[in-house]
Amino acid sequence: MCTSQHTLIIEAGRAERHYWRDLWRYRELFFFLAWRDILVRYKQTTIGIVWALGRPLITMLVFTLVFNKLAKLPSEGVPYPILVFAALLPWQFFSSAFSGAGDSLISNAGMISKVYFPRLVIPASAVIVSFVDFLLSGIILVGLMIWYGFTPNLRMLTLPLFVLVTFAAAMGAGLWIAALNVKYRDFRIIVPFVVQFGLYVSPVGFSSSIVPEQWRLFYSLNPMVGVIDGFRWAILGGETQLYWPGFLLSLFLVLLILVTGIVYFRKTEKTFADVI
Amino acid sequence: MSSVIAAENLSKKYIIGHQTQERYTTLRDVLANGAKRLTNKLLHPFAAPENDPAHEEFWALKDVSFDIQQGDRVGIIGRNGAGKSTLLKILSRITEPTSGKVSIKGRVASLLEVGTGFHPELSGRENIYLNGAILGMSKAEIKNKFDEIVAFAEVEQFLDTPVKHYSSGMYVRLAFAVAAHLEPEILIVDEVLAVGDVQFQKKCLGKMEEVSTQGGRTVLFVSHQMGSILQFCNKALLLHKGEVVQTGPVTQVVNNYMNPSAKNMRGFVANATSLRKDICIVKAQSYNSEGNPAVNFTHNQPIVIAVTCKINRWVKGAEIRISVRDSKRNVFTTDTELIAYEGQIQGELRAMAVIPAGLLRPEEYFFKLAVYLPNITIFDLVEDALSVTVMDGGSKYAASEGLDYGCVFVDCKWSIDNFSSSSLNMPQE
Repeated sequence: MCTSQHTLIIEAGRAERHYWRDLWRYRELFFFLAWRDILVRYKQTTIGIVWALGRPLITMLVFTLVFNKLAKLPSEGVPYPILVFAALLPWQFFSSAFSGAGDSLISNAGMISKVYFPRLVIPASAVIVSFVDFLLSGIILVGLMIWYGFTPNLRMLTLPLFVLVTFAAAMGAGLWIAALNVKYRDFRIIVPFVVQFGLYVSPVGFSSSIVPEQWRLFYSLNPMVGVIDGFRWAILGGETQLYWPGFLLSLFLVLLILVTGIVYFRKTEKTFADVI
Repeated sequence: MSSVIAAENLSKKYIIGHQTQERYTTLRDVLANGAKRLTNKLLHPFAAPENDPAHEEFWALKDVSFDIQQGDRVGIIGRNGAGKSTLLKILSRITEPTSGKVSIKGRVASLLEVGTGFHPELSGRENIYLNGAILGMSKAEIKNKFDEIVAFAEVEQFLDTPVKHYSSGMYVRLAFAVAAHLEPEILIVDEVLAVGDVQFQKKCLGKMEEVSTQGGRTVLFVSHQMGSILQFCNKALLLHKGEVVQTGPVTQVVNNYMNPSAKNMRGFVANATSLRKDICIVKAQSYNSEGNPAVNFTHNQPIVIAVTCKINRWVKGAEIRISVRDSKRNVFTTDTELIAYEGQIQGELRAMAVIPAGLLRPEEYFFKLAVYLPNITIFDLVEDALSVTVMDGGSKYAASEGLDYGCVFVDCKWSIDNFSSSSLNMPQE
């Protein structure tokens, strides 16, 4: 690490000029924390990995049963399980990152009140843990594709871009909730509600094409709509169309949440140690 | 020499809520209070805004300024709530000052707690890396020192066991070991040596000393154990209620801290009723070697006890006795015959006794005073007339304060005779 004799000035209200450089210097801590959480997650419960795989699998089965077999919703010409799973991947990444980041600061309270480091490291590493789960459940999608003999087309190559958007959404929302949670502990109660509610208002169990045309833009005010549509567009290929105005609106909202999330987090970060 | 830490008018304010113990709030309360205030305002629009009695400002630090030179080992002392921890937190950037400024030259590592971030599910090896990273070491640095850390902690066989299966001693040792191998330019250490077993504490203090003297590193050290402070630091900074009272050489500041005011030092003064006895104790006081009243001593200072007796009717052969006890037992008793002038009937006598330096171990001591005629009568007796506190002034046992090593230091004039032939002598390090 930096051994140069630079002078550090600590002053009230001084926006730390070296914040982003510090963040870079603490990258190892970031990896260590993410690595710790992943290790603990899969060590603590012998069913850790089964849980990571089983949860999306069961959800997918139930959604297919309810929305396809019972409600007879259209499947856009692809096997319904794949349609559901292509949406379940980003949704589960988002929701687990969101609730993980929300709790992360509180559960690392000891570290926050005893050691200095850019606090951003903590919720960020919580998001990484969910990302690992996301990669694991990606295996199921591959399995499903092989099972149904489904071959994606070249659009699949754009998937990393949409993963990035999901990342931004999870990070932005995660930072907001993490910072709010330190100050107002009852945000803890709001998180499960948002996660549960979000599952129904986002097009996870159904395709967003069933939403009437005049409502599509309004529907895209939920940023996860754009994210999920993007995932389906990239994975399913074929006839799936991306509703561009809606997607751009969602993208804009995601970026807005991310930027305001970072700003709010940075603003409140200094007081974390005092109130946690 | 240049100053590596310069603080100017550092202040830190906290808002204390009296209703809630916790420092965080809930949105529910914020909304409820806001609504209450709003309705109040609507109902009584011209009333002065009421002072919120539930919240009170508290200045943990007030206008603190100091300079610390490179290579200084500075002890920060003060009672609970003096602002020591707040100061360390500001210096280690955990919290921001409310006003004021500090400039720090060089890399800072702070050790405010042992084992921060340790996870019980992870193995010793994993925790070394994690804790090292949390304390600010790079992975390469930890790798370099890994074997040294493990050897220092004496946990070789258990490296791959989750630390939840460690004994508490092993846990603390491992945590200490990581911290002891930090090599920053400025090291900030809070009361962490107060836990862990004595041998290991000594080892850590030694390691810290080695690092700071050889590397010319600057150390800030908070401890309630004056012995450790005297042993380890060369300078000290005394805080009282958030303000700097004194800075300077460690012995001066520690002395000042231990004898803060004339209050509580009055010693013993008898009330009027006891003046009817033949001989009675009217006053007693403990003094330091300079003749000033004192109640706190380091173990290497003599304690002077002066007892004033009033003679209402002289009895030949009367003796005065001082019994010294600590919290558990009597330590020793000393007495002498009171001597009056030929034919004296009334008057006051002052008896002085000196408890030699380096006798009493760090403890709180209580003095029982008595005047009596041996085997016949007791004229006056005062239980716990005086009490003094002996603190460690940097003895070998400094790190073991609180442990029972007996109640006195004894110079036993040890000698070692070696009867083995020289060829059999093992080389000694």
